[in-house]
Amino acid sequence: MILVFVEHGPDGLVDTSLETIRFARDLGAAGGGIPVDVVGVGVAQFADVLGAHGVRTAYDLVGDDVSAYGAAAWAAGVLTARETSGAVVVTAAGTQRGNEVLAHAAARVDAPMAANVISFSGLSPFVVTRQIMGGAALEEMQLGHRPAIFSVAGHAVEAAEVGGAPAAVSPISAILRPEDLIARVASTSAGEADQSGNLKTARVVVGGGRGAGGPDGFGGVDELAELLGATVGVSRVVTSLGWRPHHEQVGQTGSRISPELYVPCGISGAIQHWAGCASSKTILAINTDAEAPMVTKATYAVVGDMHEVLPAIIEEIKTR
Amino acid sequence: MRVLVCIKRVPDSSGQVVLTDDAQAVDGRFAGFTISDHENCAVECAVQISDDVTVLTVGGPEAVEQLRTALGVGATAAVHIEAEPKDLGPADIAREIAAVVREHEAAGKGYDAILLGNDAADSGDFQVPIRLAHALAQPVVTGIKTVSAADGSITCVGDSPEGGTETYVLPTPAVVAITEGGVEPRYPSIKGRMAAKKVEIETRALSGDLVGASRVKLTLPPPVPSNVQVLGNGPEAAGAVVDLFAQLGVLAP
Repeated sequence: MILVFVEHGPDGLVDTSLETIRFARDLGAAGGGIPVDVVGVGVAQFADVLGAHGVRTAYDLVGDDVSAYGAAAWAAGVLTARETSGAVVVTAAGTQRGNEVLAHAAARVDAPMAANVISFSGLSPFVVTRQIMGGAALEEMQLGHRPAIFSVAGHAVEAAEVGGAPAAVSPISAILRPEDLIARVASTSAGEADQSGNLKTARVVVGGGRGAGGPDGFGGVDELAELLGATVGVSRVVTSLGWRPHHEQVGQTGSRISPELYVPCGISGAIQHWAGCASSKTILAINTDAEAPMVTKATYAVVGDMHEVLPAIIEEIKTR
Repeated sequence: MRVLVCIKRVPDSSGQVVLTDDAQAVDGRFAGFTISDHENCAVECAVQISDDVTVLTVGGPEAVEQLRTALGVGATAAVHIEAEPKDLGPADIAREIAAVVREHEAAGKGYDAILLGNDAADSGDFQVPIRLAHALAQPVVTGIKTVSAADGSITCVGDSPEGGTETYVLPTPAVVAITEGGVEPRYPSIKGRMAAKKVEIETRALSGDLVGASRVKLTLPPPVPSNVQVLGNGPEAAGAVVDLFAQLGVLAP
């Protein structure tokens, strides 16, 4: 059995969880048809979708102890499901929570864990390749322990339905120790709305980097974003210098975006930034330096000063 | 409140990544080295909540540079566990830190809070703080942007995956993994740098046998061939750009 810890939000199961199910299915197929089960809090409501994605059993973690998020308690639930299912692999999406829950599980059973895996290259021994340096380098890691524990990097594979019957729902209670319940979310607040959520799901992102020249240099970026109904994303240097708020940062330590179109303006495209925007479908770079990594890696480019190019584009859109 | 903050010397990620000849590590000789991003913020969080901050690193002799940097912004003591970083896996690092913490505690110098980075900028293992907490039987939270301390507890705030923030209140001692974005790391002052030079660093050898990183080898992703299509130079390109927007269907109807 392969067990996938899945997450969901207001829009249903998160995309990266569905991608991880796909990864697990491919791994199961390579292993001669090993079934894929999932575990999570409140997964019963997604039995149809999970089944369509090829999941056999959905272990639904129930009980007051797991109603609020707590990584140790949820990891205990994952391990309870693993005991029940006899899974030889335990995986999750490489999100903050996915990595956190898996790390607790790995520490509990004293197993190694590989974070942000993108592929597997052998089953015996089981060798995975994972992203390090924000994806600028890769590490091949041998996972000899059972269960093998690893998270799957976002966009490593594409989610795909296979049209299966609804997953069988099996409610289970986590076998908990008192100390598993100490670190739990005590309260949540929508107060300081974190707009990075918009960035991660935006269809179009207009970016600004050092080339903006200062906090007042984002007029063109903001206006083009407004005209295209796009979200603004910036490079790390821009937030480090305090020109723009951190929630707008795209990169290894900011948001990872995957829009239809990304328009980075005055962004050189350091590894740190590329780690966050590599999944963009089309990139149009606007930069004075034709040799900048952002330009050479882009689909399209305009070589020029963003302060001259952006007003011309805005003018052109308005006159059409 | 006594605070321990753990940092890692990592290759700068703004340049080209080069691997060592044995493909077991990133060669940072040309790019330079720095403190991992999240850990710079962990140091800042530590000096904001306490004036009794010890900084610790596991690394080669050159990692003293990063300890001095942290001392320069307000840490008052430093521990250097000397080891070749590529030989250690996350379980080793957690066990080594735990050994120091237990020993300091036995000497009457325990820590109320241990702060680390959420994940290292190079190895990105996402697990040292959690393994450390398990080794010490302490509660742990990760992905935290700001912390505030009270008598016997530490309040930690991070982003909620559904937007907004989530708050944890942990009894101390506790382990907290910090992520970038909640605090602005300060730069060392001249006075700070001078004071940092005088601090005697507690240098230690590894306490146990290594489990290792289960690493086979490192590789570089194949270079993406440049297929860029230059639409033009300067403002004259505007027409071609808007044609592209229309073609991609991103112009408002």
